Amino acid sequence: MSDPVAAPSTRQPGQPRTALLDVDRVQKTYTGQGRTVEAVRNLTFSVGDGELVCIVGPSGAGKTTLLKVIAGLLEPTSGTVTLDGTAVTGPPPSMAVVFQEYGRSLFPWMTVEGNVELPLKQKKMGKERRAELVRDALEAVGLADAHSAYPWQLSGGMQQRVAIARAVAYQPKVLLMDEPFAAVDAQTRADLEDLIRSLWHRLGVTILFVTHDIDESVYLGERVLVLSSSPTVIMEDLAIDLPDERNQLDTRSSPRFAELRHHVYEQIQLAKHRRGGEPVTGPAPAGSPT
Amino acid sequence: MSTVARWARSLFVALALPVVLIALWWVLSADSKNYYSPPLQTIVTTFGEVWFSERLRDDVLPSVTRLVLGYTGAVVLGVGAGVLLGANRTLRRLTEPVLEFFRAIPPPALIPILFLFAGIGDTAKIIVIVFGAVWPVLLNTVEGVRAVDEVLSDTSRSYGISGWARLRRLVLPSASPQIIAGMRQALSISIILMVISELFGSFNGLGFTIIQFQRSFAIPEMWSGILLLGILGFVLSLLFALFERRSLRWYHGLRRSQRGEK
Amino acid sequence: MTTTDVPALDTPDARAGLVPARRRFAPPSSALGLVGLAGFAVLIEVLPRTGLVPRDYFPPLSAMVTAMVDEVQTQGFWDALTETLMGWGIGLGIALVAGISLGLLLGSVEVLRRYTASTIEFLRPVPSVALIPLAVLLFGFQLQSTLLLVVYAAFWQVLIQVLYGVQDVDPVARETARSYQLGPVARLRYLIWPTALPYVMTGVRLAAAVALILAVTAGLVGVGRGLGAEIAVAQSSGAVPLVYGLVITTGLIGVVINLLARALERRTLSWHSSMRADIGG
Ligand SMILES: Nc1ncnc2c1ncn2[C@@H]1O[C@H](COP(=O)(O)OP(=O)(O)OP(=O)(O)O)[C@@H](O)[C@H]1O
Ligand SMILES: [Mg+2]
Repeated sequence: MSDPVAAPSTRQPGQPRTALLDVDRVQKTYTGQGRTVEAVRNLTFSVGDGELVCIVGPSGAGKTTLLKVIAGLLEPTSGTVTLDGTAVTGPPPSMAVVFQEYGRSLFPWMTVEGNVELPLKQKKMGKERRAELVRDALEAVGLADAHSAYPWQLSGGMQQRVAIARAVAYQPKVLLMDEPFAAVDAQTRADLEDLIRSLWHRLGVTILFVTHDIDESVYLGERVLVLSSSPTVIMEDLAIDLPDERNQLDTRSSPRFAELRHHVYEQIQLAKHRRGGEPVTGPAPAGSPT
Repeated sequence: MSTVARWARSLFVALALPVVLIALWWVLSADSKNYYSPPLQTIVTTFGEVWFSERLRDDVLPSVTRLVLGYTGAVVLGVGAGVLLGANRTLRRLTEPVLEFFRAIPPPALIPILFLFAGIGDTAKIIVIVFGAVWPVLLNTVEGVRAVDEVLSDTSRSYGISGWARLRRLVLPSASPQIIAGMRQALSISIILMVISELFGSFNGLGFTIIQFQRSFAIPEMWSGILLLGILGFVLSLLFALFERRSLRWYHGLRRSQRGEK
Repeated sequence: MTTTDVPALDTPDARAGLVPARRRFAPPSSALGLVGLAGFAVLIEVLPRTGLVPRDYFPPLSAMVTAMVDEVQTQGFWDALTETLMGWGIGLGIALVAGISLGLLLGSVEVLRRYTASTIEFLRPVPSVALIPLAVLLFGFQLQSTLLLVVYAAFWQVLIQVLYGVQDVDPVARETARSYQLGPVARLRYLIWPTALPYVMTGVRLAAAVALILAVTAGLVGVGRGLGAEIAVAQSSGAVPLVYGLVITTGLIGVVINLLARALERRTLSWHSSMRADIGG
């Protein structure tokens, strides 16, 4: 491969991170009435403490499935997920998930505040501490004024910000996000992307961000995992060596961004045609954390 | 238009027709010689005499008490069993045709059977109401519990909301539109059963009294009883509407926003 | 258990955004349901025999069936059945015609709708059984008594649904129709009726069920004849198995009416783009 990016990419300099999340040979086959779908064939990767990793893959590649397995919402058919040394068998308390369908992941019978506060109540947290966390989280996503509104009174982008605030207030170690911006308009999307990066910087949380938008994955991530189409394997594990300070204008117009984007795009094109069963002949996984 | 003027106007719109209709009834029946439709004035006078007396305590109160107890029982039982069936697919499929059958039986037809078991006392009448009114609540609850959104359910799980909290925070609120719709049907069935159960051997109650009036050809008294039942039905449905508006404010708002009527 | 019998305004179809697409349930496997039915039948057969429930009050299923088999060989049963079905059918028919026409009229003429709203809200909750003594006085034991009760009860179900339906007409479509100067008939035909149809069908289904309740109840309380009266007679003569048999029969009639109404609803609406998923379920 003559692609200039393939070979030289390495991990962020000088930051050997300990692995927080280990996904080991995860395979998931759905069995329904008379129909079996092997959504995920064999996925192995790990995510270091404090990393921001993006997962891209074609539609139907099993990204949601993978995320649900990691979140402990689905049991893998085989393989294991380990978080901080403990195997994930149910939803771990130190993990929060933001779903793609913002309209369906907020409780419509609760106010914005109620939505953000509910998981904290579940944690048996004191009233004052809860109020503080809720306030901070809503402020962080720029919704301090909307606390007593109902979710359905808000725009799509605002609803998704509420879902993010809820995850943030929960103070998770790992934040899983499943195409959270797929259904919002371009401008809002750009704002939310920057919001995610700034939250990540401020909170030092580990983020696993699923998207099918190549630009988004390159713009956001420190690392991009490219999935093949279903049954899914990892096509590539690519380190994104863009500067840490990113902004929509400069970053996206930088030549390096274009190169990385181009590279991922090519991989995705390949991915569409290559199924998990076939041998992976692409570039050796670069910067594999193991 | 000022708020006062608007308020006055909607009051006028609301009251105009009822006032006209009542006035018409009043005037047209004023010197009615028809034995069966006495003047409205007579009915109203009789109403006061008949119902603002010890009948209020001896007939109206027992009826309403049985209604309230029976209805409450039906709602509690219906929601409880509905949650259970809604959460358990096998159990649900197993019982579905049987429940559909019970729902299809005209509830008053069960009265003779239930009276066989429980006699004709208060308990029997309450059981009759429970047994007749439980089905719409139960089946609607099953439906509502079953339809709990998958994403919302995953969200709850990932935030550790489980068991009792899940029921209280997720399942019941999410099913509440259907549950409340079932409760509304159950309310009208309960009123019907309250009356009918008193027609089968009873010594007191609203239904019992009204039929006694009819049998003894006390026509104005009978009319006043019909009027009272009407008022009772109206008041209960008004209370219910208030309850529904309060509990389902979010749902109606959600619907409006989905229909693009922000 | 696919449908919630609620005014269409409240049906969960409204929660389209909340209903997961993938999770939509296949029709329940009828095999399990049959097992349930069979189990239930066995239960009613065995329970009385074990003496766990008093047999005088609760005969085994076989006794109920035997009683019913004897019963269907009498002319009286068929007369009663006819009477009930006639009360149901005629009453439902009157209620439908009255409810639909009045509903369309009130619904499409704004002034009428506003001025009648409170009256409807007052009259609707008046329990139909309140009219029992009146019916007896007016018509004695004739079919008209039953009809009065049936029509009164079923009428409101239809009317309310039609009113909901007419109000559901898209305001933009309404404006468009106005700007094209569609006449009242064309508006009714092309704008109002198609929108209201799903609601009308819900009204028909609800009304059909309520009409049966009242048709049976009328006989039961001594207004008119019919199956209700047969039940009352069987009860007072101590023919307990027959009481059960007749009640089961009315239940089966109810099931058939429900199924027919749902089939009709589905058929009418199958072309209808707004066929509500949860009703078709
Ligand atoms: N509950 C399920 N039962 C059966 N098959 C399923 C189920 N969920 C997902 N699948 C199948 O698994 C495969 C992967 O689905 P998944 O939703 O994980 O993909 P995805 O990468 O998230 O797609 P998208 O980008 O469209 O969100 C698809 O073929 C899908 O049809
Ligand atoms: Mg997905």
